[in-house]
Amino acid sequence: MKLPRFVSILVAPVVLSTAVFAADFAPAIIYDMGGKFDKSFNQSASDGTVRFKKETGIEVREFEVTNAAQREQAMTRFAQRGSQVIVAIGFSQASAVEAAAKKFPNVKFAIIDGTVNLPNVQSINFREQESSFLCGMAAALASKTGKVGFVGGMDIPLIRKFAQGYTDGAKFVNPQAEVFQNMTGTTAAAWNDPTKGGELAKGQIGRGADVIFHASGNTGGGVMQAAKDAGKLSIGCDANQNYLHPGSVLTSAVKRVDIAVYQTIMDAKNGTWKGGPVVLGLAEDGVGYSLDEHNRTLITPAMEATLATAKADIISGKLKVAEYKVP
Amino acid sequence: MSASAKLPRWAERGLLPLINLAAALILSGVVVKILGESPWAALKLLVSGALGTQEGIGYTLYYATNFIFTGLGVAVAYHAGLFNIGCEGQAYVGGLGSGLVALWLGDRAPLLVVLPVAIMAGAAFGAAWALIPAWLQARRGSHIVITTIMFNFIAASLMTYLLVNVLIKPGQQSPESREFGANAFLPAAHELFAKIGITFSPSPWNLAFAIALLAAALVWVLVWRTRWGYALRVAGQNQSAAVYAGISPSRIIIQAMLLSGALAGCLGLNELLGSQHRILIDFPSGAGFVGIAVALMGRNHPVGILVAAVLFGALAQGGSQLAFDLPKINRDMVVVIQGLVILFCGALENVFRTPLAKLWPGRLARSPQPSGGMPVPR
Repeated sequence: MKLPRFVSILVAPVVLSTAVFAADFAPAIIYDMGGKFDKSFNQSASDGTVRFKKETGIEVREFEVTNAAQREQAMTRFAQRGSQVIVAIGFSQASAVEAAAKKFPNVKFAIIDGTVNLPNVQSINFREQESSFLCGMAAALASKTGKVGFVGGMDIPLIRKFAQGYTDGAKFVNPQAEVFQNMTGTTAAAWNDPTKGGELAKGQIGRGADVIFHASGNTGGGVMQAAKDAGKLSIGCDANQNYLHPGSVLTSAVKRVDIAVYQTIMDAKNGTWKGGPVVLGLAEDGVGYSLDEHNRTLITPAMEATLATAKADIISGKLKVAEYKVP
Repeated sequence: MSASAKLPRWAERGLLPLINLAAALILSGVVVKILGESPWAALKLLVSGALGTQEGIGYTLYYATNFIFTGLGVAVAYHAGLFNIGCEGQAYVGGLGSGLVALWLGDRAPLLVVLPVAIMAGAAFGAAWALIPAWLQARRGSHIVITTIMFNFIAASLMTYLLVNVLIKPGQQSPESREFGANAFLPAAHELFAKIGITFSPSPWNLAFAIALLAAALVWVLVWRTRWGYALRVAGQNQSAAVYAGISPSRIIIQAMLLSGALAGCLGLNELLGSQHRILIDFPSGAGFVGIAVALMGRNHPVGILVAAVLFGALAQGGSQLAFDLPKINRDMVVVIQGLVILFCGALENVFRTPLAKLWPGRLARSPQPSGGMPVPR
């Protein structure tokens, strides 16, 4: 093999420049297949890096994966180039984080929506069932027909978590409530199919639903549009989507991925970073339902009071919200 | 594959694809320029990212392995006059076969036992997934393009169901099976090289590459050196002639599709046994569709497919390097470059052929006819 010599010449400058870089703080983030600009989950993570950059002036390195092999490759590459903290967005990166964290025990890793039991990994999970529960309650309170809908992206455990919390919340308010559930698809395209989302929403509206909750990334745009066109209500997801159709979006089940990402990078910078599990729920303000000028008129004072009581009860543990368990 | 007779073979097979490739890269360069990066720097990064380091070469060949399997799958069907768009689904379900074997035998039997069984299971599952579209085409005339596309979706639904409800490792979010037993891991190239004293940077490039090469050789022998291969090509080019020669086109259709599915089904060896070591959702990630481009560009010949697969592997790896180093170029830009390559090498291949034939010294064509080039798939 003649290759190694020729290669070492090529690699030498890279290694040298890494050594120079190593002293600087260079956090990195790896988005998953949905892509950085999905108006939802990944974008929320991106917002966290934007805030970090604004406050500190430090650039956050980023990469969007297109296939499974690239996850570990990107983590390895970032680690080799001197990133001290690497944030992986999305549950599908768990096995790659595990492999990379073993290879680089001195690099800090964080994974959102996944769990990796290693000392140099922070596993950040959200209690989506809690915010979904409150949104289910809001839906049932706002519904005149007693029928509410749910449109999920892909049928995966995470989305079932949303669906179950929502159903339980609706039934908590109105035990007779009917909840229609649809998943958009079985491939990654399901996160990015507003047309089909709209069709599913129309179908549910046709069956009598007058409030529809989506947990489907970009697909949700179609769901919310369909609800608006029919004069019904919708509930946004992950980011605060109330502004999209003021007066038609009842509320949004927010999941503060941005805060989680910002916090873990900031902690790494300040030397206060700790590995291990982090669970963010209502109590930590990691999840919640949004209330702003766009939906102020939709949430009546009575509804707000009911939701506030439920929220306090969930936080205090008086009201237990069941979590979807993987079979 | 009657070349248009206007160009010598080496120009047809070598020069023309190079010109097409260059045109695609030039146009990509224009897009890169518009995005505000230097096209020259981008090209250098693309090439050095894919071929400049051992790691880059490893990743390039790792991706190429997927494309060889699916490219061969598409090509075999093509020789029978069939356009198999279903390699994605066949690879997905084939991977399920290999993966199940790996889960079952991975901690019970040595690799020497696991590997042949996994190959057979992958091929069998992939072939089974191609059987129904093949039968529908052969006996009912249902168009294979439509049925195989639909089977891709059925495969995705089936796999999502299995991974979310049945195969998922309890207690995790991600729809993935548990890790295979270590005996089911195909040795990576750098581990194999280490055994003979060569150090090579770690990458997911693994033994499946050798299996892919073997498969390519097998396809060559089968299609060009056997009676069956002759029947296949006759049936693909002219059904009436095939019937006249005593060949049953419907039987050939089914056999070709089974072989096609079996080849695509072997993708799981590389992706699952070689790299991910578990069954995970959407693992073919488009390799079945890239296989169509690879087969087209490789003129449906195993050697051409190898070259084209390495090219597309290099584009995948070099492209990720590009996205990594130049923040303005994101992964969608990489898809644009791949799309342009496919466009120029597949759809627009005659754009340069006719002028080139006209300009060819001593071969001034009197009446350049639009060439048929390849048999038109039904």
